[in-house]
Amino acid sequence: MTAEFEIAFDGTPVPAASGQTIGAALHAAGIVSWRTTRYAGRPRGLFCGIGACFDCLVTVNGRPSLRACLTEARAGDDVTSGPDVIRAEGSPDG
Amino acid sequence: MDEQAPDYDLAVIGGGPAGLAGAAAAAREGLSVVLLDAGPRLGGQFYRHRPGEEPARLKALRRGLASGVEVLLEHRVWSVERRPPGFAVHCLAGTRDERPVAVGARALLIATGAHDLALPFPGWDLPGVMTAGGAQALLKGGVLAGRRIVVAGTGPFLLPVAASLARAGARVAGVFEAGPLRAPALALLRRPGRLAEAAEYGRSLLEHRIPYRGRRAVIAARGGDRLTHVTVARVDAAWRPAGGFVEIECDALAVGYGFVPQLELAVQLGCRLGPGPAVAVDAGRRTSVPGVYAAGETTGVGGADLAEVEGRVAGRAAAADLGRGPRPDPGLSRLADRLTAFARSLRDAYPVRDGWRAWLAGDTLVCRCEEVPYSRVREALALGATDARSVKLLARPGMGWCQGRMCGYAVACLSGEDPALVTPSRPVAQPIRLGALASGDAERP
Amino acid sequence: MPDVVVIGAGIVGAACAHYAAEAGLTVTVVDRGPVASGTTGAGEGNILVSDKEPGPELDLALLSATLWRELTDPAGPCALAAEYEPKGGLVVASSAGTMSVLADFASCQAKSGVEHSVAADPREIEPDLTPKLAGGVFYPQDAQVQPMLATAALLARATRRGAARLATGTEVTGLLRAGDRVAGVRTERGDIHAGAVVNAAGTWGGEIAAMAGTELPVAPRRGFILVTEPLVTPRIRHKVYTAAYITDVSDDSAALATSAVVESTMAGTVLIGASRERVGFDRTPSVPALRTLAAQAVALFPGLADRHVIRTYCGFRPYTPDHLPVIGEDPHTPGLFHACGHEGAGVGLAPATGHLVARLLTGGAVPFDLTPFRPGRFA
Ligand SMILES: Cc1cc2nc3c(=O)[nH]c(=O)nc-3n(C[C@H](O)[C@H](O)[C@H](O)COP(=O)(O)OP(=O)(O)OC[C@H]3O[C@@H](n4cnc5c(N)ncnc54)[C@H](O)[C@@H]3O)c2cc1C
Ligand SMILES: Cc1cc2nc3c(=O)[nH]c(=O)nc-3n(C[C@H](O)[C@H](O)[C@H](O)COP(=O)(O)OP(=O)(O)OC[C@H]3O[C@@H](n4cnc5c(N)ncnc54)[C@H](O)[C@@H]3O)c2cc1C
Ligand code: FES
Repeated sequence: MTAEFEIAFDGTPVPAASGQTIGAALHAAGIVSWRTTRYAGRPRGLFCGIGACFDCLVTVNGRPSLRACLTEARAGDDVTSGPDVIRAEGSPDG
Repeated sequence: MDEQAPDYDLAVIGGGPAGLAGAAAAAREGLSVVLLDAGPRLGGQFYRHRPGEEPARLKALRRGLASGVEVLLEHRVWSVERRPPGFAVHCLAGTRDERPVAVGARALLIATGAHDLALPFPGWDLPGVMTAGGAQALLKGGVLAGRRIVVAGTGPFLLPVAASLARAGARVAGVFEAGPLRAPALALLRRPGRLAEAAEYGRSLLEHRIPYRGRRAVIAARGGDRLTHVTVARVDAAWRPAGGFVEIECDALAVGYGFVPQLELAVQLGCRLGPGPAVAVDAGRRTSVPGVYAAGETTGVGGADLAEVEGRVAGRAAAADLGRGPRPDPGLSRLADRLTAFARSLRDAYPVRDGWRAWLAGDTLVCRCEEVPYSRVREALALGATDARSVKLLARPGMGWCQGRMCGYAVACLSGEDPALVTPSRPVAQPIRLGALASGDAERP
Repeated sequence: MPDVVVIGAGIVGAACAHYAAEAGLTVTVVDRGPVASGTTGAGEGNILVSDKEPGPELDLALLSATLWRELTDPAGPCALAAEYEPKGGLVVASSAGTMSVLADFASCQAKSGVEHSVAADPREIEPDLTPKLAGGVFYPQDAQVQPMLATAALLARATRRGAARLATGTEVTGLLRAGDRVAGVRTERGDIHAGAVVNAAGTWGGEIAAMAGTELPVAPRRGFILVTEPLVTPRIRHKVYTAAYITDVSDDSAALATSAVVESTMAGTVLIGASRERVGFDRTPSVPALRTLAAQAVALFPGLADRHVIRTYCGFRPYTPDHLPVIGEDPHTPGLFHACGHEGAGVGLAPATGHLVARLLTGGAVPFDLTPFRPGRFA
């Protein structure tokens, strides 16, 4: 696919095409994970690809918790790791 | 309650083959129809495509909408409720800004499709591991899941996934079917029309020298912060590992054990389910709730052709029930019956066996969202949990972002329940921002 | 044969079993479902003294607050792992008028032993609150627990010590009698003989009482809760609610009443509860109820507007017409003790209820007058 525009992921330019999701653009650029889980800090990227697993959450232009696999890229999008959950302490049930 | 005339006769939720065909059929009989879909383009999973590359069949289906179907794309339905004399469909419009919008209709057709059925195994949350459908969806968006890909799981869907990945230039390191290999050929043979399709996949696998092995499963995925290897094992008839372990290098794994219908909207309305995880319908695709119809994967997984036929049947039944009286079409019902029988035989040929539990270690995540390991599920059982709900209340699997869509099947099994009998209750079918919920629905878009 | 059968493995039944076991009795706990499958698994875990006016319920709540602290004290004998958080409650007022009512209410409560401090600027305590508030009152004794874990942990402790047995999946269909006295329970899986029976069947307590010919008007009062995505901001440190909550709780009408109580959990989610309406056991999601809760939460914490609700659930509080629980021996059937009808405060009130029931079972002295809770009061 020919790149039509760029988006930024954590400041790094990533090529994208119209109609392409942010998740697809990141994956195509070799970025396979873009957030970490809140307990063990495990990396997460695309899993289900269709909006069902919520692994792929990103913040786009300051808008938190969007599914990268559903959100189509727009020129100049500023994509950051998300959601902005800091590591919780202890185990999942505290 | 304010009884106002609904905006439409029929609201169709889901613009895949089932919804498209249902909307067109109902409109042809003179109903005013609105077709809602969460995505930016029509087509659903089967006809997913890049802008400007619309598949021919989809184009044809879309022509059927010309006669009076209003299409509302990027409308995610998060709740449906009765609003006499019909129903209110609560949507979030837009993908980023999400305006709440309500649509009213006399009748509803639920055609929300399915998602992949995932089973847990060590490392299944490593980046690079994707569902088979997910890899396929990514590819239809023009991106390969990896360069060297392993395809695994069960069911006939693995073949088109492997074939299309290979055709698009990936090296497919193997297709591992957990069930016996004979099954697909036999099942496919029952429907001659599919013979050619099966042969074509077979040819594709041969041409790309892709090994296709039965009674093999990926029982672990390995890597640091991304997938580098999978462990494939021979499995017995129950899918328990039975030796023959091999490590295969790969940067992507596409794994799927079938599909799970998305039933939340039907459940919200109180539609009866069954048999299996599907909305119960009569021959006209009427659910147990008058005025509510269901078609496609929501009534049982059966593929795109069947979904389309079911949609047509549902659209016509809705029209008939609203007094339009379409001419009977015995050919259509016969076709529906034939395809349904075929779909059932395929489903029966690829059951998920219980032995996958033997793939789990104590620290294997069962719930990806809440990071609940298998050991914690066992602790909950020891504390007196005896079903999926109480395991969830004590150990949190299914409490996170995906609301059990990914782990629900596994958690039900591990809690001693039949996953087919667990009702997926999600009163919020899609996450909704508090601000949007608070602001209330704009009336018509 | 156990000394006591407790009907109901909710928080109240678990507390009754725990304290009875501590008092040296042997107990069988029966429930038709799994542990915490009734209202306990469908509510929240607020342990509140702040919302109670001086009177018998407040006495119960204060005793309970102390007992919850003891039960969960990591250095104590039970050391229950139940996500207990002594975080305190903050009640806020949006107008000067409400603020003065609230302050008066707090000084009345103080005479009964409720600690509080008036906060002219609630944002000093809870920085992400809206600036549009006239003030608030902070109640340090309010706390929080994870009710399902607490229930399971109480029962696990009693069973581990050999004092209790848990029979889930066992529905009670009748009571056994020996003359006037209760002699156990009849279940689908056979009879269980015992010298005493505790009715801790929550919202279904009226059905058990009816088996003894006693009328207990316990009715379901539905409540919806919104659950957010796990989040860091806005940060919500205490349980925060508006003064309107107090009037909703004691309101008798069947119509929908909502007043948001907002709190975070250890899992990072924020719980926004809870609506109150009497509509029977209807689980159909109600968009208007959800909408009102959302609006109230966003009004308190504007930063929540951008955050998602990922789940809602509803439960049926065991409501009684006078909003007081039923605790005491049945008027007609000696040996049958009722411990149900705690409406929206059963988690908070459970330890005190269990403690009192254990005293009644063993003939010990009770610390205060139980007349307001007597089962015969509805006749
Ligand atoms: C990820 C994935 C990929 C697949 N790829 C293939 C394939 O390549 N080949 C194949 O033969 N089969 C494939 N399938 C199987 C597929 O389900 C069927 O072949 C076919 O698409 C089913 O048609 P349907 O109309 O029932 O549902 P779908 O085609 O799934 O259509 C459902 C539609 O409903 C919409 N929707 C769902 N929930 C909501 C909501 N709450 N609000 C608004 N809209 C909603 C979705 O956006 C979607 O467009 C795939 C399945 C999945 C899950
Ligand atoms: C939305 C909501 C929010 C709430 N928030 C709070 C809060 O913050 N703080 C607080 O203190 N309280 C709160 N509550 C109230 C609290 O949840 C209840 O008061 C409490 O859980 C009642 O506990 P219980 O043990 O009496 O009843 P339950 O938990 O309902 O237990 C009764 C058990 O009896 C069993 N049973 C019934 N009949 C039979 C039978 N015939 N045979 C066998 N078993 C039977 C049931 O299966 C059930 O498990 C809330 C409630 C709701 C709905
Ligand atoms: S990849 Fe599953 S939601 Fe985006």
